[in-house]
Amino acid sequence: MNTPAPLPTHSFLRRLLQRWGAHPEARKHPAADTDVTVLPLPPRLILPLAQHIGAPARPLVQAGQYVLRGELIAEAQGAISAPLHAPTSGTIIGIADVPVPHASGLAGPAILLETDGRDEALPAEHADPFSLEPAEIARRVAAAGVVGMGGATFPSAVKLALGQKNPIPTLILNGGECEPYLSCDDRLMRERAPEVIDGARIILRAIGGERALIGVESNKPQAIAALRAAADGIADVDIVEVPSRYPMGSEKQLISWLTGREIPAEGRSADIGVMVQNVGTAAAIHRAIRFGEPLTRRIITVAGGAIRTPRNLEVRIGTPLSTLVAFCGGTTEPVARWVMGGPMMGLSIHSLDIPVIKGSGGLLGLVEHELAALPEPGPCIRCAACVGACPIGLMPLEMAALIKNGDLKASVEIGLKDCISCGTCSFVCPSQIPLVQYFNHAKGELAAQGRNRMKQDAIKELVDARESRMEREAREKAEAAERRKAERARAKAAAAAKASAAVQTNEETTA
Amino acid sequence: MSPISSPHAHGAHSVGRVMLLVMLALSPATAAGFWQFGWPAITLWCVTILSALLSEAFCARLAERPAGPMLADGSAMLTGWLLALSLPPWAPWWIAAAGASFAIIVAKHAFGGLGQNLFNPAMAARVMLLISFPVEMTQWLAPNAAGMSAGLDPMTAFSVTFAGNVPDAMTSASLLGHVKAEASRGIALSQSLTGYWDPFSFGLGQRAGSLGETSALLLATGGLFLVLKRVIGLRIPAAFILGVVLPAAFAHLLAPDQYLPPLAHLLTGGVMLGAFFIATDYVSSPSTPLGQWIFGLGCGVLTWVIRTWGAYPEGVAFAVLLMNSATPLIDRATRPRIFGRRRNGHSMTAP
Repeated sequence: MNTPAPLPTHSFLRRLLQRWGAHPEARKHPAADTDVTVLPLPPRLILPLAQHIGAPARPLVQAGQYVLRGELIAEAQGAISAPLHAPTSGTIIGIADVPVPHASGLAGPAILLETDGRDEALPAEHADPFSLEPAEIARRVAAAGVVGMGGATFPSAVKLALGQKNPIPTLILNGGECEPYLSCDDRLMRERAPEVIDGARIILRAIGGERALIGVESNKPQAIAALRAAADGIADVDIVEVPSRYPMGSEKQLISWLTGREIPAEGRSADIGVMVQNVGTAAAIHRAIRFGEPLTRRIITVAGGAIRTPRNLEVRIGTPLSTLVAFCGGTTEPVARWVMGGPMMGLSIHSLDIPVIKGSGGLLGLVEHELAALPEPGPCIRCAACVGACPIGLMPLEMAALIKNGDLKASVEIGLKDCISCGTCSFVCPSQIPLVQYFNHAKGELAAQGRNRMKQDAIKELVDARESRMEREAREKAEAAERRKAERARAKAAAAAKASAAVQTNEETTA
Repeated sequence: MSPISSPHAHGAHSVGRVMLLVMLALSPATAAGFWQFGWPAITLWCVTILSALLSEAFCARLAERPAGPMLADGSAMLTGWLLALSLPPWAPWWIAAAGASFAIIVAKHAFGGLGQNLFNPAMAARVMLLISFPVEMTQWLAPNAAGMSAGLDPMTAFSVTFAGNVPDAMTSASLLGHVKAEASRGIALSQSLTGYWDPFSFGLGQRAGSLGETSALLLATGGLFLVLKRVIGLRIPAAFILGVVLPAAFAHLLAPDQYLPPLAHLLTGGVMLGAFFIATDYVSSPSTPLGQWIFGLGCGVLTWVIRTWGAYPEGVAFAVLLMNSATPLIDRATRPRIFGRRRNGHSMTAP
């Protein structure tokens, strides 16, 4: 498979033909204008065991135990999982159920760490990635607990391992950051471009890739300039400007825009020889390999109309959100909604006791007018704005109507499972119908039905097995009884024959 | 507290804003109609819109829902407005009232209200009126006889709209009606068009016709404004116009004495209003890009066919209604290709 050259992304015709998406107000300033500030260590860190997609990590520490920065405190369990490391030195308080960033608002298990302010680190192993075997790079990335930092939080090493089987020629680094308000990737690319470029080269080595394309939206010219300067003289890394349009940062859209290829609906990006990683993930991989530093800190944007000084902070994983807000000067207006992540796909949260986790790119304190919400959704007027905006080519209005009528099967037939839940349809809907909420609900319902069906199938299998076993046993029993009966009859007959023969003999002898 | 689903932001479009922009786009052509046809046109417009609003409030009451928000979305007013523009300018008040209440009660709410109607309410009402009251619905005025420039008394509004006194001297036939009548007498187009057809003055609206259909130029300008504001797409209007122009040009080339030139088709009757404001009605037109092309072309071709061979001189309303009935079918047959899938719905495979 050869590496595709990037397509001309400024082509007027392409923009005309590919009209999907929306242009939400960027609102990235003023947070994007100031340097990343390092947040002082908070007195206590909350480290949820499930900060990634897959099985939660298994804790390895006990209450009262003293740990150093970078020490393993919970190990990965299962094929898709990631370990957890102490973000600073201190004493483990215990493991407890605390509020975690999850749509349900439910609590989850977390390790609580009281920091001692010394920030003492475990000695780390430095390495030259280009003398390491690709498999060793993947192993070290796994050990460092690196997960997708764009929000998906998929364990990066699992992705890298795909390249061990079949080389993946093209790496795409996602610097799109198409969510409004967020500028953590922008700041990272501006301030630490060499780390990103080096991370790209390390990933290329790990997956047997030939070329890396870094896609950055046109609204981040300084980031593009910084990356180009850092990649100067590096032949296998190209920086490509992509239009600022939501959801350009979606894997499918970015690949399609940069390579002209589509991920098969029932496949994954590796099938077309492409892997996508977030720029933040690349920087984390760079630190994990070069300096043996596990993933224990990240950059997060704190913004929104209610925040006094919106900015980007570098924080330890586990820092409570309330600490971030306080550091940014608190709020100036009543907050209508706190959102973790970006406004398009982020999670509405009800408590600032929730900690920053590996996938947290933003914390937004939004005021009423930023939500721009109607008191209640209106009727669908079939304006088809959602059809034009859907980046996947679905007809959200029809899918929603079917789901509303309870016909999930029909909604699947017209593409429900292809929906990426980007929320563009809800954003453009003039009646503010919560389209994506319908789809997420239906997908959850289908998953539940699937689980139920599997359960029922399993029960049916057991019942069938039991029935056939009982039948077999009854049959065997009957056969055995039959056999015994026949045997007895035979014995009886033999005995009778013997007796009569004896009688006869007797008769003969007596005769 | 219940979880709130993303997105936590919204675009600027709202139903009310959409309706408002459409009305804004209609204003220049409407004002031109008022100027051209005078006070009775203004009263007719008012009566139509008022009847539409009253009917909407009546339906809200039947449905036991508050009438305020339903009236506030502007959709009933727009329906009334569009119907008014398609009526003969000096039609009596009861035509307006009957049409507007039919549009709202039967064509819209009987189907389930906003967003549920299969047919464009204004066109359904126009067709109902045309079939039921053919005399009143084909009474046209000579362009300069009755307008504001003729210095008519405001009181004429009452004698015309409410008492039905239309002086015979002021009436005139529409171009399409005139051509049809002459053709049935065996008179060639080259003769019957003389003195009637002047592209320049027709473009400016100097012709007999419905209240707001006459000034093709202003209607097209308003339509393009809506395209620029992204309220409507260009597909349906462009396809509609192509659908009229292509067969008309072809037929006119073959037999110029029998078939009207394409420009005459564009500048008469309801083509411009239909292409930009009627066929683009969200509810009753297809949602898919390809479907919109098919729908627009169908409207255009049918308009030309009905005008050319049908019993009625004008065909826009019939054409739109016919294509409306095909909309669900078109939508079904023209779903866009899904990302990562082929047109037949099967997943793409690795190269």
